Amino acid sequence: MKLIHRLMPSNGLRQLPKSVSVHAVLLAYTIIALFPILVVVINSFKDRRAIFRDPLGLPTHDSFTLVGFQQVLLRSDFGLYSWNSLVVTILAVGLVLLLGAMAAWALTEYKFKGNLLITFLFAMGIMIPIRLGTVSILSLMVDLHLVNTLTALVLVYIAQGLPLAVYILSEFVRTIPKELTEAARCDSVSEYKIFFCIILPLLKPAMATVAVFTMIPIWNDLWFPLILAPGESTRTITLGVQQFVGQYVTDWNSVLSALTMAIVPVLILYTIFSRQLIRGLTSGAVK
Amino acid sequence: MASVKLNNIKKRFGNVDVLHGIDLDIKDGEFVVLIGESGCGKSTLLRLLSGLEDISEGDLYIDDERVNGRSPAKRGIAMVFQSYALYPHMNVFKNMAFGLKISGKDKSHVNEKVIEAAKKLKIDHLLDRLPRELSGGQRQRVAIGRAIVRDPKVFLFDEPLSNLDASLRVQTRVELGKLHQELKATIIYVTHDQVEAMTLGDKIVVMNKGRVEQVGAPLDLYHHPKTQFVAAFIGSPKMNFLQGKVQQADSENSQVVLESGRVIRASIDTSSLNEGDTVQLGLRPEHIALNCSENTFEGTVTLIEHLGELSYLYVDVGQEGELVLKVNGDNQHQAGDRIQFGIKPNYLYLFDHEGKALTRINAHQSPSIPL
Repeated sequence: MKLIHRLMPSNGLRQLPKSVSVHAVLLAYTIIALFPILVVVINSFKDRRAIFRDPLGLPTHDSFTLVGFQQVLLRSDFGLYSWNSLVVTILAVGLVLLLGAMAAWALTEYKFKGNLLITFLFAMGIMIPIRLGTVSILSLMVDLHLVNTLTALVLVYIAQGLPLAVYILSEFVRTIPKELTEAARCDSVSEYKIFFCIILPLLKPAMATVAVFTMIPIWNDLWFPLILAPGESTRTITLGVQQFVGQYVTDWNSVLSALTMAIVPVLILYTIFSRQLIRGLTSGAVK
Repeated sequence: MASVKLNNIKKRFGNVDVLHGIDLDIKDGEFVVLIGESGCGKSTLLRLLSGLEDISEGDLYIDDERVNGRSPAKRGIAMVFQSYALYPHMNVFKNMAFGLKISGKDKSHVNEKVIEAAKKLKIDHLLDRLPRELSGGQRQRVAIGRAIVRDPKVFLFDEPLSNLDASLRVQTRVELGKLHQELKATIIYVTHDQVEAMTLGDKIVVMNKGRVEQVGAPLDLYHHPKTQFVAAFIGSPKMNFLQGKVQQADSENSQVVLESGRVIRASIDTSSLNEGDTVQLGLRPEHIALNCSENTFEGTVTLIEHLGELSYLYVDVGQEGELVLKVNGDNQHQAGDRIQFGIKPNYLYLFDHEGKALTRINAHQSPSIPL
């Protein structure tokens, strides 16, 4: 009983059934979502026979091995692949955030011809998957001599992430009180400074949300690296892992170890952004 | 500091006319209050003055310079918003210094200015707090401070006190009055609160449906409202209105007959009207006296509101409806009492069927609470 009161001090016992069912659903979802990751991590520390004998078992004294990690770190350019992934992800997310915030601000704050059309195009961008245009994107990149460069990937990912970013950020820009920008205009602040000194800091929580949304698909993407940048020097981590997946033999130790290590950077990035998710920044601006 | 001149200012939103040609002269150092019901265009007018909204037609001069189309900054105005509009991510000092810093003033000058303004407003101990850590009154001061540091030609206030609680509002009102005397600044102030308007304004502009109804000094509006709208707007509780017909049109001693047949004598010039014309008789609650034997009424008290030093009596006088009386606080009447009261002919107001006021003769100048 004490435990229940500690967990739900304000709700009390009457809310107990509801609370239990909500938590059960959330718990079930968490287990389903985490299960594959857990299997990957556990098995990356086991030898090959143990992986197939007992895929769900924890590594024991006998089956524990770091051979997969050794393979990955010694036999492949794991450092380079991670670096490529990191560069592409950070550049793309950074530019999506900056351009997305600017577009969201412009589209909600200023009245100009074509405003509605541009908003509409962004909305279309959310609905139409960018992969439908793969062929034309490839031929475009060939014409621009951008094949096998990270630039190609960054450009495509910006296009992929921008529509949703603009959509979400527009909603947040609308919640910023108009008086703030008007006060700044009376303070003779230029439109650029208004954006960078007032709007951008207030958009931080929203931008963290967008960053998380944008970052994960880019980090995990296999499609565009495979098509646009399959060269040895531009491989991203998801593509790099594929070299252990053979047509006849798959080096499961290495695949699982590489995947385990690939989780780490994205976890770090997520932790950084999720700190910013804290709301309540605008409280106190206007009553 | 500067003078402001409005010449036939009009504003349209699409096809809707919001302001129908406003003319106004504001002298250097004057405290002008724009007052009116919500939606009358007073806030829109302020935004036109600030430059946040474009003027559709007409000319706006600040210090004899036409400033139509200029940005807010170039007009030399500073605005204090109803919602304070403090930058939430900056502390008080940065909030006040932001505008100065942006305009490229050197650091020591900015510091000096901000600290001087903060001392004036007694917020110098709050400089490193964030807006969310301040009370409503303190935020209001910071907003005013942010305006002061820029040494603007004209201050614009958009209902600055309406978010404060009652006691703080009175206190801040007094401080604003003192601040105006100290700064000798030209201030244009929008409010819907007639007490704020009466106490603060050198000049009050009463607005109604996008037009200026009357401009004048506070007591001028109180004693000589030009229209029924102004008469109803200025004074609390509201002026009582009774419908009647002119029985005797005269340049001095007019007579009005009410619906019940009661004849009222009023020292008002009705020579422009004909006998039988419909008129509205205006009686201020503070001018109706219990011991007055002229123009007497009789009625039943339906409600008493005690405010301490005085009380409001709501009296049902039969066919004419209900009248409000302002009486002394120690008055012993109770609901249900029959009472008799009257009003002197030179205390009355009279409005023709268009709501225009007729000239009062020997109008009593000082409002008094009759005993």
